[in-house]
Amino acid sequence: MSLSPDEVRHVARLARLALTDEEVTDLAPQLSAILGYAEQVSEVAADDVTPTVHPLAPSDVTRPDEPRPSLSRDDVLAGAPQVEQDRFAVPRIVAEEG
Amino acid sequence: MAALTALTATELSERLGRGEVSAREVVDAHLDRIAATDGVVADGAVWATKPAGDLGDDEVHAFLHVTAGAARAHADDIDARRAAGEQLGALAGVPLALKDILTTRGAPTTCGSRMLEGWVPPYDATVTELLRDADVVVLGKTNMDEFAMGSSTENSAFGDTRNPWDLDRVPGGSSGGSAAAVAALQAPLSIGTDTGGSIRQPAALTGLVGVKPTYGTVSRRGLVAFASSLDQAGPFARTVEDAAQLLALIQRHDPRDSTSVPDTPPDLLAHLRDGVDGLRIGVVTELQGEGYEPGVEATFRATLERFERLGATIVEVSLPHAPYGLPAYYLIAPSECSSNLARFDGVRYGLRVDAPTAEEMNAATRAAGFGPEVKRRIMIGTHALSSGYYDAYYLQASKVRTLIARDFRAAFEQADVLVSPTSPSVAFGLGTKTADPIAMYLNDVATVPASLAGTPALSLPAGLAEAPDAPGTALPVGLQVMAPLLRDDLMFRVAWAFEQDRGFAAIPTGPRAVEGVA
Amino acid sequence: MRDGWELTVGLEVHVELTTRTKMWCGCPTTFGDDPNTNVCEVCTGQPGSLPVANARAIRDATLLGLALNGTVAETCWFHRKNYFYPDLAKNYQISQYDVPLISDGHLDVEVDVAPGAGREGGADGGLETRRVRIERLHMEEDTGKSLHVGDTGRLHGADRSLIDYNRCGIPLLEIVSRPDIHDPETAQAYLRELQAIVRAVGVSDARMEEGSMRCDANVSVRRPGEELGTRTEIKNLNSVRSLGRAIAYEAERQIAVLEDGGEIVMQTRHWDESQGVTETLRVKESVTDYRYFPDPDLVAVVSRPEEVEAIRAGLPELPAATRARLTAAGVPAAQAATIVTGELVPWFDEAVAQGADAAAVANWVTGDLAGQLSAAGLSVQDSGVTGSHLAELIGLIDDGTLSTKLAKQVLEGLIEERGAKGPKEVAAERGLQQVSDEGELRAIVEQVVADNPGTVEDIRGGNTKAIGALVGQVMKATRGQADPRKTNELLRETIGA
Ligand SMILES: [Mg+2]
Ligand SMILES: [Zn+2]
Repeated sequence: MSLSPDEVRHVARLARLALTDEEVTDLAPQLSAILGYAEQVSEVAADDVTPTVHPLAPSDVTRPDEPRPSLSRDDVLAGAPQVEQDRFAVPRIVAEEG
Repeated sequence: MAALTALTATELSERLGRGEVSAREVVDAHLDRIAATDGVVADGAVWATKPAGDLGDDEVHAFLHVTAGAARAHADDIDARRAAGEQLGALAGVPLALKDILTTRGAPTTCGSRMLEGWVPPYDATVTELLRDADVVVLGKTNMDEFAMGSSTENSAFGDTRNPWDLDRVPGGSSGGSAAAVAALQAPLSIGTDTGGSIRQPAALTGLVGVKPTYGTVSRRGLVAFASSLDQAGPFARTVEDAAQLLALIQRHDPRDSTSVPDTPPDLLAHLRDGVDGLRIGVVTELQGEGYEPGVEATFRATLERFERLGATIVEVSLPHAPYGLPAYYLIAPSECSSNLARFDGVRYGLRVDAPTAEEMNAATRAAGFGPEVKRRIMIGTHALSSGYYDAYYLQASKVRTLIARDFRAAFEQADVLVSPTSPSVAFGLGTKTADPIAMYLNDVATVPASLAGTPALSLPAGLAEAPDAPGTALPVGLQVMAPLLRDDLMFRVAWAFEQDRGFAAIPTGPRAVEGVA
Repeated sequence: MRDGWELTVGLEVHVELTTRTKMWCGCPTTFGDDPNTNVCEVCTGQPGSLPVANARAIRDATLLGLALNGTVAETCWFHRKNYFYPDLAKNYQISQYDVPLISDGHLDVEVDVAPGAGREGGADGGLETRRVRIERLHMEEDTGKSLHVGDTGRLHGADRSLIDYNRCGIPLLEIVSRPDIHDPETAQAYLRELQAIVRAVGVSDARMEEGSMRCDANVSVRRPGEELGTRTEIKNLNSVRSLGRAIAYEAERQIAVLEDGGEIVMQTRHWDESQGVTETLRVKESVTDYRYFPDPDLVAVVSRPEEVEAIRAGLPELPAATRARLTAAGVPAAQAATIVTGELVPWFDEAVAQGADAAAVANWVTGDLAGQLSAAGLSVQDSGVTGSHLAELIGLIDDGTLSTKLAKQVLEGLIEERGAKGPKEVAAERGLQQVSDEGELRAIVEQVVADNPGTVEDIRGGNTKAIGALVGQVMKATRGQADPRKTNELLRETIGA
C-alpha cells in the first residue's frame, strides 16, 4: 500500500489536520511504510474468525437511570479557550453537520 | 536523608508505621532528591519543569509538574491523623509519581502535549481517587511520550526524559518519566500506563518492576485514552512486593468504567512467597531469537536456568500468531486513537489557534497542538477506518487479535506462566531511533501480544548486559512474565521467587548514571 | 401526484427519550435549563471520561421496538460515528451501525383515500390500511445546541456560534422506515401514528415543536417500472403538516426538473415553512466517511429472550387497538382517531368507567372540551378536568338537571376552576341548574298564564303555535334555566289546551 500526497491530503481532511505541503511530502512515504508493515495481517487466514473488541468482554454493563451531581458550569467552562453567554464560543461554522 | 530515598515502599511504610520517620520527612527527602536531580524550578507550591532547551545533560527530567505544596500538606495531614491514632492504609505516607495522563482535579494534566498545556481537569481519575483515599502522597506528574505514543519518551512536547542508568540513553516509553523517577530514587513508586508495552518496556530499560495488569482490572476512568481497548494503568516499583502492594490498591471494579471487569482478581499478596517449585514456565518460541540483542538473549537464557534450579519446569510453547501482533497493534491502536483524539479541537479545553471559521480553527489547532508521531498515528488510524479500507485493516487486525488470544489460551494449557525478554534491546541512545518509526515500533514486539490478549504481564530486572554500541556498558535487561487472564497473582509469585534468588539491586550504576546513588 | 410519475418516500425519525438522566452519564435531561448547567466530564467530552449506558434507555428502546413489531437483536454493539462538529463534544456520536437494537418492524397506518367524503359517515369511511415497514430502530445520543450570533440567528451568515451542551448525550432513538411510502398523506399518517405509539408506550413526549421528535424525509420520483430515482433528503420538518407540504413540493420540483430533461442531484434540502419551498442546504459531493467502528469504551448489549418477553408483557394497549375498542363501543372512527392522537384516552376511559355513554363522552371530549381548552390555550392535562367530571356532567344532562347549553357553561366553569370543583358544585354556585322542580315551575307557569290572557285565548282558539311565546316568558322568568320540555307540559296542562 502506498499513499499518494493527494490521498494523504484526503485523510488529513477527514482527520481535520491542517498539514503543510512539506508535512504531506514527508508523511506520504512514512505512512506508506507503516501501512506496508501493518499489511502483514492480511497473510493470516481469518475469514471465519470473530473479531475481538475487548480481550475480556463483560456484557450488559449499565447504570440505573438515577441523576448524579453534574459539574458546576464554572468548572466546565474553566478550560474553554473562548466563552460567551455561558457557552463555548467558536468562529462561524461553515460545514453543515455530518 | 539520602537513605530515605533508597528505601523501598514496603520499608518506608514499616518505618512510618513504627513512627521512626514522619510522612513529611519522607516527602521532603524525595522532593529534595527531585530538586537536585530532575531539572525543575523548585519554587512555590507547584514546581514546573525547565523549558526543554534549558535542561542540563545531567538532569533526568522525569517530572513535568511537581505538586510540592499539595504533597507536603497531604503528608502533614497523614502525620496528624497517625498521631491521633487513626488507622491508616498499608502505603499511607509513601510518595508516588503519577504519569501525566491520569487526571488530577486542580493540578495540570498535559499528556506530554502542547494540546493540553495548562489544562486543569475538572475531575479526578478513579486511580487518583484510590491513591488519595489510601493516603499515598502524589509528588507530581511525570513526563511521557505525547498521548502515550512512543517507546522512548522522546515524543514529549516538553523535552526528553533521560535514563538514570545512562543519561545519554532513553528510559523507554511511553511511561519513561514514571520509570525514571523511580529508578532515580525520586519516588519509591509510580504509576504508568501500558497500551502496547509502555510500562513493561521502560521498566526493563530502567531496571524496575513494571506491571500491566489484566485488562479491565484497573479503572480507565480519568486515564486520557490513547487506545481504549488496550490502555491499562499499572505500577512501577523497585521490588516485586512493592509493585504488588501498589497494584492491590488500584485493582478495583469501577461501575463508572463499562470495561471494568466485575470479577475480583485473586489476592496478589497471599501467595506471593509460595515459590515456583513445580510450576511449568513456558518459553515462547516466537518471542526470542532474531531481532533480540545478544546480551538480552544471553541474560534471558540465564533466567531459564535459574528457574530450573528453583524447581520449575521449562517448557517450550508457541504463540503462532504472535508475529502478527505488532502489525495488528499498529492498526488497532491508531484506529482507536484517531477517534479518541478527535475531541481535541480547540472548542472545550486546551489549545486554540484562531482562524476565521470553526473548521479552519479545528484543523489549525490540531496541526499546532499535536506532535509528528501523534499526527502519524491519527493519519494511519483515520485511513485504516475509512471506507474501502476498514475490512482489510481494522477488521482483519481485530480478527488477528482473536487468534492471538486463542494462542494464549492454548499456551496456558501447557504452561502456568509464559516468559520472554521484555524488550529486544537494552536502553538505546537518545535520538538514535527517532528518524525511523518502524524501528521504534519494534521495541514493542515482545510486549504487544499480551496487550492484544488482555493477559497480565510484568517486567522485572533479569540482569545487566552490554549495549551493542558501547562495549563495557552494563544496562538493565527485563524479563517478561505473562499469566492467564485474572491470574496476576501467579505472575507476581513467579517474579518474586526469581527476584529473591537473583538479588538485583535496582540502583543505577555506571559512568553516566544519575548522581549520588552509587 | 402528477400522472405518469410515482413518488417514493422513506422517513428517518429521531425521538428523544424522557429518561431522567442522559444516555451515558447521570446529568439530568431537563428541557430549557440555563446553558451548560446539566453537564459533566462525560457529556462535555473531557479527556479521560467514559460512558456507561443508561439501563432505562435500553429498556425504553426495546419497548418501543416491540410496539413497532420489531425483532430485538440478541447481541448488538454501540459504534462510533466519527465527524467533526462543535456541538458534538467528542467529535464522534455514539450510535449503532451494522446491528441495530431493533430490526424488521412495521407500522400499519390508516390513510383517508377519499378526503372529505365518507369519513364522518360510516365507521371506516374512506380509510384504507397501509403497511410501512421499519428497517431499523437504533440507539444514539443527541448533540448540544448551537446559538448562531452576529447576524440573523441562523447558521448561514452567522459570525460565530455559541454551544450549550445541556442536550448533548440525551438518549435518542432513530427509526428508519423502508421506502414504502408513495404519497404525502401516508407519510403524515405514519408520523402521526408513530407519535401516538411513542406516547402510548410512554417513552417520550414526542413534541415536534420542542424537538423531542424530529423527522427527515428521503424523497425521490420515478416513472412506474423504472429504477428508483435519485433521492434528496429534506430536513427541518417541524410538524406533520410541514412533512406533507414538503413532500408534495419536493415531488413536484423533482418532476419538473426531470420533465425538463434535467437531473436530480443527491443533496440535503431545507424546508422553508414560510415560503413553502425546499432549498439546497448542501450537495453531497462524496458520501461522508463516518469511519464507524465498535466503541471500545463500551461493551455488548445482550437481550435474553426471557427479558425481551418480560418487556413485551409490559406493553400497554397500542393506538390501533384503542381505536378498535372505541369504535366497537360506538365511537365514530374519526372521533376515535382524535381521542387517540389527542392523548385523551385516559379521560375517555375514566368517564366511561363512571357509567357515561361512550358516544356521548366522545362527543364531549372531541367537541366542546377540545374546543374550550384550545380557546383557553390549555392542554387537557393542565386543565384539571377529569374523566369523572365529564361523566358527572353527562349524567346531569341525562337526568334533566342541565340543558346542553347549560352544560357547556358548566364546563366553562370547570375549566376556570381548573377542576378544583365538580360539575354539580359549579352548577350550584353559578345557579346554572334547570328549574325542573314541579312546584316551583308550576308557580311561574301559572303566573305567566295569568299575565297573558290574550295569548292564552289565542291558544285555546286553536293557535297552538302561540304557546312558544309563553315558553319564552317562562324562560325569561327563570333566566333560561327552565326545562323546556317540562315547561311545555305544564303550560298545556294549565291552559287546558
Ligand atoms: Mg442518527
Ligand atoms: Zn453529563
